Amino acid sequence: MGDILNIVLKRLGLGLLTLLVISVIIFGAVELLPGDIAEAVLGQGATKENVAAMREQLGLDRAAPIRYFEWLGGAVTGDFGNSLVSQKPVSEAIGSRFANTLFLAVYAAVIAVPVAIFLGILVALYRNTVFDRVANVLTLTSISAPEFFLGYVLILFFAVKWGMFPAISNIDDDMSLLDKLERTFLPALTMVLVVVAHMMRMTRASIINLLASPYVEMARLKGVPAWKVIVKHTLPNAWAPIINVVALNLAYLITGVVLVEVVFVYPGIGQMLVDSVTKRDFPVVQACCLIFAGTFILLNLAADIGSILTNPRLRHPK
Amino acid sequence: MNYFIIGFYALLIGGSSLAAFYQKRTIFLLLFSLTLVSFVMGIVGGESALWSVTIMAGIIAFSAGVSYSFREFLVIILPKESAKIIRTAPLTAAFGLFIIFTYTITGVFAPVIAPYGESEIISQAFEPANEKMLLGADQLGRDMFSRIVYGARNSVGLALLATLLAFFMGAIGGLLAATKGGKFDQFMSRVIDVVMSIPSLIFALLLLSIFGTNVVTLIIVIAIIYAPRVFRLARSVAGNIVVMDYIEAAKLRGEGTWYLIRKEVLPNATAPLIAEFGLEFCFVFLLVAGLSFLGLGIQPPTADWGSMVRENATLISFGELTPLIPAGAIALLTVAVNFVVDWMLYRSSGLKE
Repeated sequence: MGDILNIVLKRLGLGLLTLLVISVIIFGAVELLPGDIAEAVLGQGATKENVAAMREQLGLDRAAPIRYFEWLGGAVTGDFGNSLVSQKPVSEAIGSRFANTLFLAVYAAVIAVPVAIFLGILVALYRNTVFDRVANVLTLTSISAPEFFLGYVLILFFAVKWGMFPAISNIDDDMSLLDKLERTFLPALTMVLVVVAHMMRMTRASIINLLASPYVEMARLKGVPAWKVIVKHTLPNAWAPIINVVALNLAYLITGVVLVEVVFVYPGIGQMLVDSVTKRDFPVVQACCLIFAGTFILLNLAADIGSILTNPRLRHPK
Repeated sequence: MNYFIIGFYALLIGGSSLAAFYQKRTIFLLLFSLTLVSFVMGIVGGESALWSVTIMAGIIAFSAGVSYSFREFLVIILPKESAKIIRTAPLTAAFGLFIIFTYTITGVFAPVIAPYGESEIISQAFEPANEKMLLGADQLGRDMFSRIVYGARNSVGLALLATLLAFFMGAIGGLLAATKGGKFDQFMSRVIDVVMSIPSLIFALLLLSIFGTNVVTLIIVIAIIYAPRVFRLARSVAGNIVVMDYIEAAKLRGEGTWYLIRKEVLPNATAPLIAEFGLEFCFVFLLVAGLSFLGLGIQPPTADWGSMVRENATLISFGELTPLIPAGAIALLTVAVNFVVDWMLYRSSGLKE
């Protein structure tokens, strides 16, 4: 067991290090601005006094490394400074929106993961048949379509033509869960379509990869039925890649949410990020980027650790 | 029961029976499942649903026909060696090639094909289609069709440039890292790991918020974001090649790194790299489309598919299809490229199981 613990700890340390480097990049990128934040935000028409006042307010007169550590210290405790546009604390605005984004992502994941794994196993079982070919073309199409295309197609049919679900998913905290689920059904479905396609293809590929291994050949020669080969012999070894696939796609969900949120006017953190990019509200952009990147890295980390833990060869060392 | 419904089912059931009789298992399965689907659709959606099924089947049959003829056409006009390869291509790949060919023609000859200029205002805002305008007008009264045609040039062109730059940087970096090895390789790989652990759309938004949105920064930012993918592939492909004996021999001959990359490694790494180029193009194209959709890509009045969808999205709430056409155009090209890449990967990997 010591081995596994060692590997997991190493992986955790590496993840934290990556996160740290990324925080440097996110902070440092803003430092790359031609001029500085004050000049960039106030524009060319600003008087010298205005720029100086803003520099003062943001503490730009101090060295960048000092400000970085202050910013990082704040970020760890949930304080991202004040928005340049509204002058209110960033964390206030982000808190509830992040919860909304998570809600949407979890909603989509709960539908997508079981469906994708089931279908993935099914197409692996019936590989190279008409069923598999059709599934291949369909998933490829769904991956290739931009999220906003899928979103608008769903709006056109489910909201405009058939009037089954609302086209705009403006939710607030007072709504009941059922209401929320109904309102966010279309954005969740959009993400499900994209993610299921990805996961299905990856599950299929990882299972088919295993089907070529000698012990599967052996099981077949023994006369084990096809589904049993998959469920009993292949699946235990396929968990590692499948967990990987799931985590990667959850990471994708968290970031792919940006476009979907904009299409459905959903009050999430992605929409906020896009708004602040257009307004050049840097503290908000930095905070959102850090949150997205952090979640992304955490999920990737979870994928790695999950696949280490489920690896039979590591669990039963000789 | 009208003649359409009777004819519809008669055709499907007759077709499946014939297929069953002649032992064409695939065709039978296809036709019969279509029959079952139409039963359900017909009961739920009535005659109009059956019409949609018919139209869909028609479109699929038409595309299959076009792909088949295009493949035959290519087999005839191409020289012997390439013709041999094309002949074994599946219909989906031929379809992909045909779509790519069409887009190229549209992009190159955009000014000739489009009836109006891309930013020429010719009518009222959102005017419906008439004999002057094939698809109606957009939110400023510009001809939608002309803008879609110009979009083929602008959106695809930008994505292509960004992909080429990303590919150039990534491939050279990767090949260099694999050939040189040692410290340089370690350093590059760590940098790449970090860049790849930031989600691409988020990274793009961060960089664009800082450097602003003009075409040149857009291309450079996207290239920086996607070069790491190419780097990794190029490095791993080249990593398998540099351990070969002939590389050793070349090194002993005293050849320089650049010669090794160009003459020894690159020719053996082309096949996977070309397939990666296609995939990379899809990613870049989708990212560009997403950014334009968010209003951060190519700036107006230049016609661009992503921003066209956003600008005309209000039409969708009136049940109009036109705003979906540019989005569909994006999807179609990505699908087409994916089909071709799929076929190339299948060919080069020999994935038979």
